[in-house]
Amino acid sequence: MSQSTSAMGNEKIKTSRRKFLKTATVLAGAAIGYSWLKSSQILLFAAEPKDESLPWYGIVIDIQKCIGCGNCAKACKNENDVPAEPFFFRTWIEQYTVKNDGSVNIVSPNGGIDGFKQTVPDEDIFKSFFVPKMCNHCAKSPCVQVCPVGATYVSPEGVALIDEKYCIGCRYCVQACPYGCRFIHPVKKVANKCTLCYHRLKKGLAPACMETCPTGARMYGNLRDKNSDLVKFLKEHTTQVLRPNLNTGSKLFYNALSSEVR
Amino acid sequence: MDPHYQHLYDILAHSQGYIFPNEIELQWGILIVVYPFITGLVAGAFILASLERVFKVRILQPTYQIALLTALSFLLVATMPLISHLSQPQRAYEIMITPHSSSAMAIFGFVYLWYLMVVLLLEIWFDYRHSMVVWANEKKGIMKWVYRILTLGVSDISPRTVRWDRKMGYIITVVGIPSAFILHGYVGFIFGSIKANPWWSTPLMPIIFLFSAMVSGIALVMIVYMVITYFRKKVIDLDVLDSIGKYLFFVLILDFTLEGLDQIHRIYVAEESFEIIKLLVSGKLYLTLFIAQGLVGTIIPLITLVFLQFYKHKIRVRKTMYFIVSILVLIGVYSMRWNVVIGGQLFSKSFSGFTSFKVGLIGLDGTLMAAFWLILPIGILAFLLWLLPPWRMVKEEEEI
Repeated sequence: MSQSTSAMGNEKIKTSRRKFLKTATVLAGAAIGYSWLKSSQILLFAAEPKDESLPWYGIVIDIQKCIGCGNCAKACKNENDVPAEPFFFRTWIEQYTVKNDGSVNIVSPNGGIDGFKQTVPDEDIFKSFFVPKMCNHCAKSPCVQVCPVGATYVSPEGVALIDEKYCIGCRYCVQACPYGCRFIHPVKKVANKCTLCYHRLKKGLAPACMETCPTGARMYGNLRDKNSDLVKFLKEHTTQVLRPNLNTGSKLFYNALSSEVR
Repeated sequence: MDPHYQHLYDILAHSQGYIFPNEIELQWGILIVVYPFITGLVAGAFILASLERVFKVRILQPTYQIALLTALSFLLVATMPLISHLSQPQRAYEIMITPHSSSAMAIFGFVYLWYLMVVLLLEIWFDYRHSMVVWANEKKGIMKWVYRILTLGVSDISPRTVRWDRKMGYIITVVGIPSAFILHGYVGFIFGSIKANPWWSTPLMPIIFLFSAMVSGIALVMIVYMVITYFRKKVIDLDVLDSIGKYLFFVLILDFTLEGLDQIHRIYVAEESFEIIKLLVSGKLYLTLFIAQGLVGTIIPLITLVFLQFYKHKIRVRKTMYFIVSILVLIGVYSMRWNVVIGGQLFSKSFSGFTSFKVGLIGLDGTLMAAFWLILPIGILAFLLWLLPPWRMVKEEEEI
């Protein structure tokens, strides 16, 4: 009698221990799994449109239309209080000249603000074109990803912005931008970059560079609105982003982009 | 022309090819070269100390506390070049109170504090507690109080408590090894994770940083041990030097192999950045990469260390050679930090040109400031060695 009781008791303990171990394993597994998923979300970085009622901005630059007048870069500096010295640009224009021997000559004197002069003799030129550059307002912005304090962020409309009162000036974002679009403002001593003239967008106005472009080479619009001019353009043209291999989720699409451009 | 920007016009005049207009000025200067150099010394010195403690390499015993105090001295200074480099240093605390979860840099403060508070300070405290209680009883006046405060009021030196101290010290060292790996591997990750920069962007970066850290830490402890023994007018134990030298040799071989692998991989896959990087290493980095890092900092020390395994005659010569090897290795690792940090910013992300860089002598970002941050830890170390002399510690009878 007593033997069987103890046997039953042992059995009971064994079962409950097994049950406990099972539950513990499941719980621990779930916790590890959850934390893994959670951490991989931290490792994987991307901004997504959340508010359906807001636009999700994209930009098109039509290289075939750019004449290299430099008005965009000039207007940008005026509009956004960017120092006039040739070391700080939110937008600039590059002149590419592919020579007959295959070499490429790239220049951007004063960001193209004063216009361009072709220095390569005509007979040596294979082709030449202008490439306006500005922030790509990436959806998977490397610059936003690396900011240690979250001073740079993506607005609900998909515009990469900087909180100037919050930036600590570590310059990590400048290093992380593959397009060279960021600089440290010499007076404000914080990171600075193109805001797609967010202050104007909010008032229903076009960004200064686009407003001033005489040929309409620059265009912005709502990528979510399938009827917008921007989406129509993207549908009718073969466009490409810069450095697609880096998977930055760039929302700046170039029409007629030549392979020499980086 | 605004004279305030004169230096930028000078740099522009020295740039080559095409660089993006915002790339004229280097964002990270000499202070950011000094920072990974210092954390590397910390991690390396700690790992050498843990060899004695965890892996029971008893011969390294005379260097154990020296290595720990060296690590602490440099760690106390490690944040300074970083903070003084910020454009808004008064906002530095934001990185601790509102860290951005996706940023590699945001973890810095926590990795640093963990390492300082949990690993180094605790380990040193457990190590010295017994001695500090004894010193507090021996000394008079203010020093009595200093030691008493340092014991944090735990004055029990019964064999059981002392055994507990040792046990805790051991556990912390075990935790400390991966922590040291994280501390410096993490610094490498800060660079290695920047996909915009092909000179930095490699998963090998944290590992390379780690091994070069161990190389530099071991070399530094060797130098500190020799200098301290010299000043104490004691005889330098050649067995200790041989032993450290052996580890230095192995780690240097590993470091060299890893860095070699990185470069061979770059050359073989020859991605789109290959041409500009080829120009970089054969031009602007030639002296610091091939001569300072490769020849002076790696090849010559390696050959000398092999030679020292066979040459066992003149003790004086061997000591001198160990000393010189350590100095050369430190020069090599410093050059490696330079090549990574400065080298990675000299070429344009357009892969079509170079900017130029000249270190200023004065100013927050100048050579003198960098030298100050490198010399300050030596002063701190001298103070710590005076306050907590390893050679006056109470001998423990029991070992775990």
